[in-house]
Amino acid sequence: MIDWEIVVDNLPAFASGLVNTLILLVTVIVSGFAISVPLALVRATRSPYFSGPVWLFTYVIRGTPLLVQLFVIYYGIAQFEFVRSSVLWPLFRSPWFCAWLALTINTVAYTTEIFAGAIRTTAPGEIEAARSIGLSRAAVLRHVIWPSAWRRALPQYGNEVVMMMHATALASTVTIVEVMRVARDVYTNYLVLTESFGVAAAIYLCLTIGLTTLFRRLEKHFLRHLSRSDTSHTSGQRAERLNPKVA
Amino acid sequence: MKAMLEVTDIRKKFGTVEVLKGISLTARRGDVISMIGASGSGKSTFLRCLNFLEHPSGGSYRFQGEKLDLRKGPSGDLTVHDPKKLASMRSRLSMVFQQFNLWSHMTAKENVMLGPMRVKGTSRAEATERAEAYLAKVGVSHRRDAFPAFLSGGEQQRVAIARALAMEPEIMLFDEPTSALDPELVGEVLRVMRALAEEGRTMIVVTHEMAFARDVGNHVIFLSQGVIEEQGDPRDVLSNPRSERLRSFLSSREMC
Repeated sequence: MIDWEIVVDNLPAFASGLVNTLILLVTVIVSGFAISVPLALVRATRSPYFSGPVWLFTYVIRGTPLLVQLFVIYYGIAQFEFVRSSVLWPLFRSPWFCAWLALTINTVAYTTEIFAGAIRTTAPGEIEAARSIGLSRAAVLRHVIWPSAWRRALPQYGNEVVMMMHATALASTVTIVEVMRVARDVYTNYLVLTESFGVAAAIYLCLTIGLTTLFRRLEKHFLRHLSRSDTSHTSGQRAERLNPKVA
Repeated sequence: MKAMLEVTDIRKKFGTVEVLKGISLTARRGDVISMIGASGSGKSTFLRCLNFLEHPSGGSYRFQGEKLDLRKGPSGDLTVHDPKKLASMRSRLSMVFQQFNLWSHMTAKENVMLGPMRVKGTSRAEATERAEAYLAKVGVSHRRDAFPAFLSGGEQQRVAIARALAMEPEIMLFDEPTSALDPELVGEVLRVMRALAEEGRTMIVVTHEMAFARDVGNHVIFLSQGVIEEQGDPRDVLSNPRSERLRSFLSSREMC
């Protein structure tokens, strides 16, 4: 049976862990989005000189485990003397900075591919129609290509945000006291599973339900221009993505 | 009357295949020029060369009396030297497409408003008013807040015509505007086009609708294998075809 006393006693710790999880998630998602949009535009260009390097970046990041990326940034970079003596050292010494950097780089790789895939699938006729009335390239991008692309990308982007929320648990390995780390501490103190990891699982599940509900509402509003048949088509795998198991 | 658009000796090559072998056309105010011909004859390519959606390999352009400054691009095809000139010319030659090409994430009204607001700098209030007027004109104002996916083909094409009209163009280009429509929807689009012609608008229409070419147009051009095989007054050309090619083209049309 669940020992509710342990659960209640540790609720404040879980609450502050939840705050840290959310801070990490929000900063990662915001910065990841801001970097992904311009990268996706470069990735979607027809010129291999521009899209190639971005592809290589996303391929390498999507092809290696996030935990490895986090350890390389937190433990690996610190090995170098020139890093420790550089002005950047205070940043790389901070677990928060390293966790933010690793998670951001990772989500940028996936989000870039999701957005680039959506940009590439813009109907050529819609672009032609925009050019035919004299809109400049920038205006076509801003008013026609991007607004329709991000809408199409919304279902997959929602999945990515949920996966990043789960991935914040890895930050516990570099000393950040978020939900997962609180769970481990509770487990070590009391040697009980349900009251530690069980509570953490319940918290993550609630967050997942919240995020998926939010995205379902956004989709309902922003994808209302698609007919029923179109919607099922878009929620399929349009954007390129490596096997999620390697993430 | 002064020519609004005068193109001379337009050529277009795709690789080694020459699909347009020197085509000239003059459009004066109020002209309704129909371009007919078998598929592959180059008529759509020619129309797309007029607003540089397709870049011609050779030829010269005079728009409203002014000669266009053309340069050879890296691919060997011609482009308008000054992008601002191109944009301004495009904004005055609006095009209606076979596949409608409405912007799917915008309502009918927003589709009609975008061009005036973003190309001509019209205020939102004025663009809204204008969009509603043009949607009413083509008979789809009751669908103004619908997204394209929820409109019938005929409604979509009429919204596309309203979108083209909202640019208040000098010349309207129609690229097989009824070819993608179910037969019962063709009539509603043709009626709108006929009304526009009667207002005295200048139109260049690539079409398979011989009745439209005959009854509405004042000039018809028959294209075959990239050259103008015959042209002139539609009643004359279509009832007394001189070339064997046009004769067989017209008889194949009658059969279907």
